[in-house]
Amino acid sequence: MSKKTLSGVNSVATNISGWVYLLPALLFLIAFMVYPLIDVFIYSFEEGYNSASQSSFGIGLYNYAYILRDPYFLKAVKNTFILVIITVPISTVLSLLISLGLNSIKALKNMFQTIFFLPYVTNTLAVGLVFMILFQKTPYTDGLVNLIIGKFGISPIDFIDGPYWAKMLVLSVYVIWIVMPFKILILTSALASVPDVYYQSARIDGTSSWRMFWRITLPMISPMIVYLVITGFIGAFKAYSDAVAIFGIDLNAAGMNTIVGYVYDMLYGDGGGYPSYASAAAIVLFAIVLTITVINLIVSRKATDIT
Amino acid sequence: MNVKIENLTKVFPGRDKKSAGVTAVKDFNLELPDGKLVCLLGPSGCGKSTLLYMICGLESPTEGKIYFGDQDVTDIPSEKRGVGLVFQNYALYPHLTVKQIIKFPLENLKGEEKLSKEEMDKRALEAAKLVQIDGLMDRKPGYMSGGQQQRVAIARAIVKRPKVLLMDEPLSNLDARLRLHTREEIRRIQKDTGITTIFVTHDQEEAMSISDLIVVMKDGVLHQIGKPQDVYDDPVNLFVAEFLGTPEINVFEGKVKDGGLYIGEQRVLEVKGVDDQDVWIGVRPEGFEVDPDGKFTCELSGINIMGRDITVLSKHDAAKAVIRSIVSAETKVDTEAKTINLNLKPYKTFIFSKETEERIRFT
Repeated sequence: MSKKTLSGVNSVATNISGWVYLLPALLFLIAFMVYPLIDVFIYSFEEGYNSASQSSFGIGLYNYAYILRDPYFLKAVKNTFILVIITVPISTVLSLLISLGLNSIKALKNMFQTIFFLPYVTNTLAVGLVFMILFQKTPYTDGLVNLIIGKFGISPIDFIDGPYWAKMLVLSVYVIWIVMPFKILILTSALASVPDVYYQSARIDGTSSWRMFWRITLPMISPMIVYLVITGFIGAFKAYSDAVAIFGIDLNAAGMNTIVGYVYDMLYGDGGGYPSYASAAAIVLFAIVLTITVINLIVSRKATDIT
Repeated sequence: MNVKIENLTKVFPGRDKKSAGVTAVKDFNLELPDGKLVCLLGPSGCGKSTLLYMICGLESPTEGKIYFGDQDVTDIPSEKRGVGLVFQNYALYPHLTVKQIIKFPLENLKGEEKLSKEEMDKRALEAAKLVQIDGLMDRKPGYMSGGQQQRVAIARAIVKRPKVLLMDEPLSNLDARLRLHTREEIRRIQKDTGITTIFVTHDQEEAMSISDLIVVMKDGVLHQIGKPQDVYDDPVNLFVAEFLGTPEINVFEGKVKDGGLYIGEQRVLEVKGVDDQDVWIGVRPEGFEVDPDGKFTCELSGINIMGRDITVLSKHDAAKAVIRSIVSAETKVDTEAKTINLNLKPYKTFIFSKETEERIRFT
């Protein structure tokens, strides 16, 4: 408000010094974020690009046509979508339940909070290794998980190198497990920030706890849930290291590749050296994430109109 | 519904076993008549909100009983007591519209009490009309002024037709003008509905102006209960005398000797039936008369002419603070004089024991 009352000269001067302060950050952003982004866009339309001679045959949609016909890419898209659809809702709901539990206990609350936060500070690959050992079936042992489900009369399954859905199950459990700590952290603080008087008032009015949850708690923390769902979608679409941690780097052979994994393969993998295809795949991923995020925002804006 | 409180005590436990608990309300006995507006008045931290929360059922008492009519409600949960509570900061759900907020308590009703949708709408509109917010039914609290939010909070509290309406400092978040207006509104709504209303405040002026009955408390202990004017005219102790009235009562150190009341060496008033002793003397600002032959002489320090009356400011060593006396504007006061002579009106003068601060009555 007060800025507007400053004289024109003064405000230009303020602007210039502001830009000077921003310059270092902006330079780095432009060099390492904006320029590569534009470059990827251009790459994705250059047909027959040769990285040695830095030349191409022309501009067109061939790269897109190629990857959309490539069974590995289609498999990667399918895997990614399945992973997203399974992990985002389950991890969010589970985190909410755990946060509600944490919020309603007093004793040992800090201890449980620390325990639930541990996966967040644990290395992805280390976690992957542990998951692999838990689920793997080798000539020497069926693995811990198989031992447990064996008690219920289910015959051993090779989760790491077996049927597709077994592998997808391991990957999903792994991803859910790794993304939950952050969600729990955010949701517990969101729950704690709902003023107590709302509950007191509801109590006097004889509101059941079920109704309190649906009519008060959930709407009050919905902005945080929306935030977690959106970042959850984005994060799950970009999954790659998770799959590598469990199935090794040859994801195509395991049939568990993801879109980001495909991009990596096209750049550096055995069949690498195709920056144009990689760029096209990256742009497709970008388009998917953008679309989903926009849909998310539109849906949530209607649901969380608090003010 | 009349509300009766017997030996009510609330002790909040200390943080650990070593630290002692805090006694918020101590052995409280009280009977509030049906259909009246009662104010719980006291300084901050005196336990009045705790008392209110116990009546409401949000806090459970350590000892004692609470009765609504003949029914012992001490162990009855809040929702079954038939109370409505207006919170200090209103506690309106930000994501609901006014209509949804007012209907909220009705939607909780189960079994025989369950209402049809039309009935709920009708009741909600009735309550909204009573507090004059029926034009704002589709707004959300964020888009309303403090006064409007206050009305919504009241509407929500009365929509269930509670037997007892409780208000926890409902005016403290409003600005001065709105506060004046809203307290008259609360008075009107209470009269219209006839619901027994208990109103917590630390503002004595607020309490004086709207209540049928004032309950003055301090440190969890009941000091006096009575009609506002009676409590003002006949305080039982120094605390009550000091707490009620603006400007504050003038307090002097003094003594009673040979049937006379002394401030310093000046015999200012004849008091009969009081033993010789050191006392506190309280004189209401309107309890002075300017009189050239007045028995009480003090140093004149200033005069404020307020149109309808004059405030004379003066000093005396025995006075706790600057002496304020309010006299009629027609009184002749020599503004140049160094001293002023005053007479004390006996019925506006109270004496209190120096030790116990209890009132000592004289004739």
